[in-house]
Amino acid sequence: MPAVQETVEQVRSIDVDQYKYGFFTDIESEKAPKGLTEDTVRFISAKKNEPEWLLEWRLDAFRRWQTMQEPEWARVSYPPIDYQDLYYYSAPKAKEGPKSIDDIDPEILATYEKLGIPLRERDALLGIESTGGTRVAVDAVFDSVSVATTFKEELARAGVIFMPISEAVREHPELVRKYLGSVVPVTDNYFATLNSAVFSDGSFVYVPKGVRCPMELSTYFRINERNTGQFERTLIIADEGAYVSYLEGCTAPMRDENQLHAAVVELVTLDDAEIKYSTVQNWYPGDKDGKGGIYNFVTKRGDCRGARSKISWTQVETGSAITWKYPSCILRGDESRGEFYSIAISNGRQQVDSGTKMIHLGKNTTSRIISKGIAAGYSDNTYRGLVTAHRKATGARNFTNCDSLLIGDKCGAHTVPYIESKNASAQFEHEATTSKISEDQMFYCRQRGLSDEEATALIVNGFVKDVLQQLPMEFAVEAQKLISVSLEGSVG
Amino acid sequence: MAMLDIDNLHAKIEGEDGKEILKGLSLKVNPGEVHAIMGPNGSGKSTLSYILAGKEDYEVTDGAVTLDGEDLLAMEIDERAAKGVFLAFQYPIEVPGVATMTFLRAALNAQRRTRGEEEVSTPDFLRLVREKAGALGISQDMLKRGVNVGFSGGEKKRMEILQMAILEPKLCILDETDSGLDIDALKIVSEGVNALRSPDRGMIVITHYQRLLNHIVPDFVHVMNKGRIVRSGGKDLALELEANGYAEYQQDAA
Repeated sequence: MPAVQETVEQVRSIDVDQYKYGFFTDIESEKAPKGLTEDTVRFISAKKNEPEWLLEWRLDAFRRWQTMQEPEWARVSYPPIDYQDLYYYSAPKAKEGPKSIDDIDPEILATYEKLGIPLRERDALLGIESTGGTRVAVDAVFDSVSVATTFKEELARAGVIFMPISEAVREHPELVRKYLGSVVPVTDNYFATLNSAVFSDGSFVYVPKGVRCPMELSTYFRINERNTGQFERTLIIADEGAYVSYLEGCTAPMRDENQLHAAVVELVTLDDAEIKYSTVQNWYPGDKDGKGGIYNFVTKRGDCRGARSKISWTQVETGSAITWKYPSCILRGDESRGEFYSIAISNGRQQVDSGTKMIHLGKNTTSRIISKGIAAGYSDNTYRGLVTAHRKATGARNFTNCDSLLIGDKCGAHTVPYIESKNASAQFEHEATTSKISEDQMFYCRQRGLSDEEATALIVNGFVKDVLQQLPMEFAVEAQKLISVSLEGSVG
Repeated sequence: MAMLDIDNLHAKIEGEDGKEILKGLSLKVNPGEVHAIMGPNGSGKSTLSYILAGKEDYEVTDGAVTLDGEDLLAMEIDERAAKGVFLAFQYPIEVPGVATMTFLRAALNAQRRTRGEEEVSTPDFLRLVREKAGALGISQDMLKRGVNVGFSGGEKKRMEILQMAILEPKLCILDETDSGLDIDALKIVSEGVNALRSPDRGMIVITHYQRLLNHIVPDFVHVMNKGRIVRSGGKDLALELEANGYAEYQQDAA
């Protein structure tokens, strides 16, 4: 398998500094005044030329948020966040909104080029010939705004709407109004409510009845500005019989202070529809002593509203100082299916508390959870999951498998599964293992000629194989490299 | 100069009150020679193989080991492998999720890179594996499975020999390769080993029983007890041991 070879080479080529996306783009930006008041909310709404209903929606969220408490149940610890010491809106300064790719600030284009994200469609096309991969349409979000969306026209011909959510609010208000907040209610939790008040941009996708989206869609999030929170909002709707595969990627510069990222992602599938949502999360994790890094407090939820619909979450989590994230599925439609495949890697002083919720409401609903946690260094890695069957969920079935791998003896792995069934016919299975990379395995691999790093990469890749197979091909290779990079320096 | 020269080797288990296991062992192995090391349980046979391969649980307290004149004990585990030291494990280790094929290729290329050689091309590698696996009765299906996962005892040992055939080491150390093998498997494995005998390659075959040596006929037989070699001879020594047992040597050393 060439990917393993590449992984090994990647590890070899790494210098001291592991995080290669840590650069900062020097670009003039326009920010909202520091702090969070009703005026901040109004400022953001005005910047986006939003209709009155949305401003009211935001203000309602803001008022509710002021009465809420930050949750404390997760197995993470961090100093209190001063919400008044943050910028809630930052946009690269442009004379007018860019009309085409050629109007985009060359600094931003260069940034994405450096990150390996092609924003020019012709570059993306060139990319195909050299890699043999499929085409991917990209929405690039830089701090608080979307700077480019590729392949929009081609997608429009198929009837697929793929645009920044700020644009969708203006161009497709009926869809946005119908679905926004319908999966993650405004008052769902502290961070989701905060997001509802101040969300700035994100992607909107609508795939009409019976349409199979002709290419992978992807959003690339980049936090650039200092002291700036990123609050993106993504809304994806697959109408009856539709299918879409969506990928999200994230990076941020290396900074000494912590940056806040509180996103909300809502997915809706109607009858027979399917959404496959993949994330490769590589936010800056902080340095080896735990200084800096992103606080990633994210609410992701899918609603299988229609019968026989399917939502599948696949995530590779390697970055962030703190991860608080539970992509979930509400299995409302009869015979609907939810899947969660996760690889969460923590190294250094990273803290991960992640998992999923599978809420079985409809009859004969099925779900599957495969979680692989890998802890190295001084990190803590917790899987927290909830599987529940409601009274009417006759024939609900779940299979859960949580495996943890420890590298070294200073890290921790924890599994916290909650299982609730109110229907006697539900069948839930839970398997969990915790293991260490054994010295015998290392000795065996090294006796065959593999170095310390090569042996670790090989053993870890074997451990996460079930999940990697769920990722779209091109990203599986990318993810495999990322895993090795994240574990650099964890051996010995 | 011998290819492998073990001179007065003393070693103990790592740690404060680690027990001394090797107590002045000397052995020379030249290219083309097959040396059998026999001895009762606990005589230090497996420890010797681990120390030659570089396992970190032991501490060498005295003596020296050179491979082609170079200080073997100063080398990292993978460096020794690249120099041609191969240990066929008594209990091969499982590496779940890593296809055997992937593992073989990663190992071969890692060794080649360390030696400054070109990596093997995909078609060449596939041809090599097909040829060697066929001779050992290893199916393509087995090569797709995780390394040693769900293999029977015999399959594991055959896989060790396949790795040996592909990596083409200079010094092969076979640690109780006959343990857990039925007569048919023993035959296949022995044929595999015999096919690898060559004027450029030295072998150390560690075993309890003479049985294996009917199939892999050694040039020299050494009796090991309490951490040193107590007697050396030709292949007939193995037959003598089979008849008389180790009792005589155990008394001597006491």
